[in-house]
Amino acid sequence: MSVLVYTESEQGKFKKTAFEVASYAKAVADQMGTTVTAITINAADTSELGNYGVDKVLNVSNGDLDKFNANAYASAIAQAAKKEEAKVVVVSSSADSKYLAPILAIGLEAGYASNVVAVPSSTSPFTVKRSAFTNKAFNMTTIDTDIKIVGVSKNAFGLVESSGSVSSEDFSPTLPSLGVTVQSVDKATDKVTIADAEIVVSAGRGLKGPENWGMIEELAEVLGAATACSKPVSDLGWRPHSEHVGQTGKPVAANLYIAIGISGAIQHLAGINSSKIKVVINTDPEAPFFKAADYGVVGDAFEVVPALIEKLKAFKAQNA
Amino acid sequence: MKILVCISHVPDTTSKINFTDGDTKFDTNGVQYVINPNDEFGLTRAMWFKEKQGAQVTVVNVGGPETEPTLRKALAIGADAAIRVNTEAKDGFQVAKELANVVSDGGFDLVIAGRESIDYNGGMVPGMIAALTNANFVTNCISLEVDGTNATAIREIDGGKETVATSLPLVIGGQKGLVEESDLRIPNMRGIMMARKKPLSVVEPINATAETNSVKFEKPVPKGAVTLVDADNLDELINLLHNEAKAI
Repeated sequence: MSVLVYTESEQGKFKKTAFEVASYAKAVADQMGTTVTAITINAADTSELGNYGVDKVLNVSNGDLDKFNANAYASAIAQAAKKEEAKVVVVSSSADSKYLAPILAIGLEAGYASNVVAVPSSTSPFTVKRSAFTNKAFNMTTIDTDIKIVGVSKNAFGLVESSGSVSSEDFSPTLPSLGVTVQSVDKATDKVTIADAEIVVSAGRGLKGPENWGMIEELAEVLGAATACSKPVSDLGWRPHSEHVGQTGKPVAANLYIAIGISGAIQHLAGINSSKIKVVINTDPEAPFFKAADYGVVGDAFEVVPALIEKLKAFKAQNA
Repeated sequence: MKILVCISHVPDTTSKINFTDGDTKFDTNGVQYVINPNDEFGLTRAMWFKEKQGAQVTVVNVGGPETEPTLRKALAIGADAAIRVNTEAKDGFQVAKELANVVSDGGFDLVIAGRESIDYNGGMVPGMIAALTNANFVTNCISLEVDGTNATAIREIDGGKETVATSLPLVIGGQKGLVEESDLRIPNMRGIMMARKKPLSVVEPINATAETNSVKFEKPVPKGAVTLVDADNLDELINLLHNEAKAI
């Protein structure tokens, strides 16, 4: 009857979202008067999960699962849900979890709500608030099946620490045929990704050309941030598509989003709306982005950004 | 190769989002509808398979008669035939189940859907179709090549990309990258004329039931006014971000 949560790891280490979904699962379990079981796949040390309310861990260790496979991972989670007789399964909004969740939903005959931003407002009927219309609205949705799958939106719930001990047992699910095999992975390991970043520094056409991105990268480096860009910039080929954020690009749910030389078209704002604090630097005081921002600087990016870099370096040195 | 492209009929990306009937229904007043952008990238890739590899391309939508102009637009872009499953789209599962039935009935080898619609943002239809039809599945797909029954795809992962090998039958959750923005096609007059003569068949639903139910919509709380900081006083910005926003 426990709430099952899939806590994702990468090369044995938990992702930050793992602790967020564990915190969420704990809140749901408290509402339902039950406990939290986590399923981990090839995680090295599962004791950390105890700090976020997990009571029990089903620990899968299998070399065949070193590379992500949606069918196999969904099957392992489904088998864990059956073993635990879980009525609620919680997953994150990472690329991998969003990939496996629909397959898991069919496997468990469970209703699935994605992009959920809060704990259920009611557990009977099971009602959750999810973002829709690319963050331009929220949708209260009931999940009417016996088993429910909740996909938690990144940074929507946060981390909630709770002390407790966690028991761990080995779990060996039977694996289905993979169907899709990974040939190669191309991932920069030295850069902060938009998905994981606490801070995102984003720039638009106001930068005038790709040769001017040095200062954006430097600002990102000082802040430990990921870099992103607006749609026109990726369409012009100044920056890779993977940096395009907005309605048809990547969503950003960072703590701090800094937009430089981006006017703030409705499609861009939709994509970054779930970021907590927004700072805009733009020469045009009439840029629509100022209406959506928390802090704004009206000024020339080519003067403001280098000055900001120097001041942030001094600030970091002082607060180190 | 028989390709089915799933087309979601969605409000244009610039639409103002409002609700009626006590915030239970989307207000369609003054809203322009378009092919879901993620689906349009997939449709355009399907055109490439049609022109280079002789694939047959059918487009499908689950919805009422009001969605037909969107299907006609897909025909004008170059799809060979269209199917409308004549029922209201209620949730991702119900739509996936109706579409899976169309896939099995039509014997499609490749199903291309968008990774998510820009209205409901469920991101579940392609994966569910794959699971329901026992097909292979790749989502967030930014490149797709098919050679016989073998396929190679690239999917975007958090912070990078992954190249995978798979085979037909296959379902794709597509997005920008599958083709470039500049490859998208605006229907020309000849295409529009031809689209009128192409078959658009209306099929009755299998009456799949929804598993989730939308109760109410809410709009985000309007934001307070922006705090402007003088460009010559960036120390103040750092101070605000550190002490007030606690973001750095």
